Amino acid sequence: MTTVKICSGTLCYVMGGSELWTLPEALPAELKDRVTVKGSPCLGYCNNEKPVKAPYVEVNGKVIREASVSKIIEVIKDEIGGK
Amino acid sequence: MAVTNNAMLIRRELMTRLAKMLNEGTIEKEIDRIPIEMRPRHSETSRCCIHKDRAVIKYKLMALLGFNIEDEEDELTPLSEYARMALEREKLTDTMLTVVDEACSSCVKANYVVTNMCRGCVARPCTMNCNKDAIVFVNGQAVIESSKCVNCGLCQKVCPFHAIIYQPVPCEESCPVGAISKDEHGIEHINKEKCINCGKCVVACPFGAVMEKTHFAELYQGFKSDKKVVAMVAPAIAGQFKVPMEKIVGALKEIGFDDVVEVALGADITTQNESAEFLERMDEGAPFMTTSCCPSYVNLVDKHIPELKPFVSHTKSPMYYTAEVARQKYPNGVLVMVAPCTGKRHEAFYDPNVDLVLSFEEFGALMVAHGVEITSTEPESINMEITNVARGFGYSGGVTNAVKAYAPTANIEPLVVNGIDKAQIRALKQLPKSCSGNFVEVMSCEGGCVGGCNVIANPKIALRQIDELMKRSKVK
Repeated sequence: MTTVKICSGTLCYVMGGSELWTLPEALPAELKDRVTVKGSPCLGYCNNEKPVKAPYVEVNGKVIREASVSKIIEVIKDEIGGK
Repeated sequence: MAVTNNAMLIRRELMTRLAKMLNEGTIEKEIDRIPIEMRPRHSETSRCCIHKDRAVIKYKLMALLGFNIEDEEDELTPLSEYARMALEREKLTDTMLTVVDEACSSCVKANYVVTNMCRGCVARPCTMNCNKDAIVFVNGQAVIESSKCVNCGLCQKVCPFHAIIYQPVPCEESCPVGAISKDEHGIEHINKEKCINCGKCVVACPFGAVMEKTHFAELYQGFKSDKKVVAMVAPAIAGQFKVPMEKIVGALKEIGFDDVVEVALGADITTQNESAEFLERMDEGAPFMTTSCCPSYVNLVDKHIPELKPFVSHTKSPMYYTAEVARQKYPNGVLVMVAPCTGKRHEAFYDPNVDLVLSFEEFGALMVAHGVEITSTEPESINMEITNVARGFGYSGGVTNAVKAYAPTANIEPLVVNGIDKAQIRALKQLPKSCSGNFVEVMSCEGGCVGGCNVIANPKIALRQIDELMKRSKVK
């Protein structure tokens, strides 16, 4: 199972993080049962990186910067394909 | 508007920097550095060069500090001077929006543009069909003279090579009432007589040239004073973050608000009065009644559809009743409406009990500036006497839903106008002649307040959060 963690911290949300919650509907049918989408308290990247590239998402622990729904889906495909 | 783009992100960064400096009391010393910090030498630019970017940043900050760009007297006045004046300012103005002329790219004057696909053909149907003689040939290609073109579009239709395109002017296209237009230099200006403060131009401009003036300076003066500063939060706020309402209240307190009142409290009063008014009007034989809680719609009727005025409910908005209640508790307090749109800022200016307005977007920026992490903030209790339907006022259909719950026996035939555009205005103008329902709910933004021009969250996602809060609220 591939796990997507969407950062729901303040900065990620202010920088458009809510859009990422449309991911579950946007997932292609063949991926739907193979992916868990979870929210997360601040993942901490905004405090540790400069320049900040919010919103942040982790897919199986791999960070996606300036995440968008389509970027996340690409990474999920890579993850699943790679296994 | 939630869908993010760079112009929006730059605005949010500017707000955050401004709030941080105001909070730390360093604004007069440090604000002049912001343009340089954001566009250091050799950095990437959004426009032609860093100097242009820096100038735009400066003027956007001037707007965010609450000044009209056209009021600039001396180009050399530094931001630190504007910051000082803002902190000393005693009165707000009734101008909510200002166009940053430096940022306005003066989009096309005529909407039809001949591209380089023009082959300069022999047939030249474009010139033959143009009734205004607006098309000339330069170096073998057609050129439209903007001073003569009336945007009829005939040339585009007849061009055999599809070489003529329609290019919109985004702010002008988005304005439902024709309130924004160019001056002789091609720079946009907002006509206050026509503007209904819907904020659609703010969202539409791809250069971020239309700015809403904030009340940041006044708000931080409030925080520093002995007065109680009270946030009155619009119902749509419940959907703005991925946390329960209790944490949003907690975050507001962490920023420095002494108390938080949900405007849904006033929504219950609005609904009670509006239901009673509806029944009364129907008894008197009125064909229909429209809602009155959306300030941009009320402005629209006042300025552009006077024939609809007799049908607009006289009931006050949820903000009005909430502020009345809050004022009793805090006679000397600073009452701050936390709202999703420019329209509420305008309405608040005329409400004697509302002192300041903070937009949702500005609230987000304040949290970032103060280092408030919303997911780990301390939850505060919320008023459980507020009904589920009152908490649902912030989405299209929500007001209708509430009135139905408050007047269960009334024969309500709803007509929901979900967002105002030019076509909807034409339809609204027809209502006094024939209306297919007896209760007309009008919200200026598509989706309702969750789709306001200053929201943070995607409206669809926001709706789920609001639904969650409604489910655990008192059932009406």
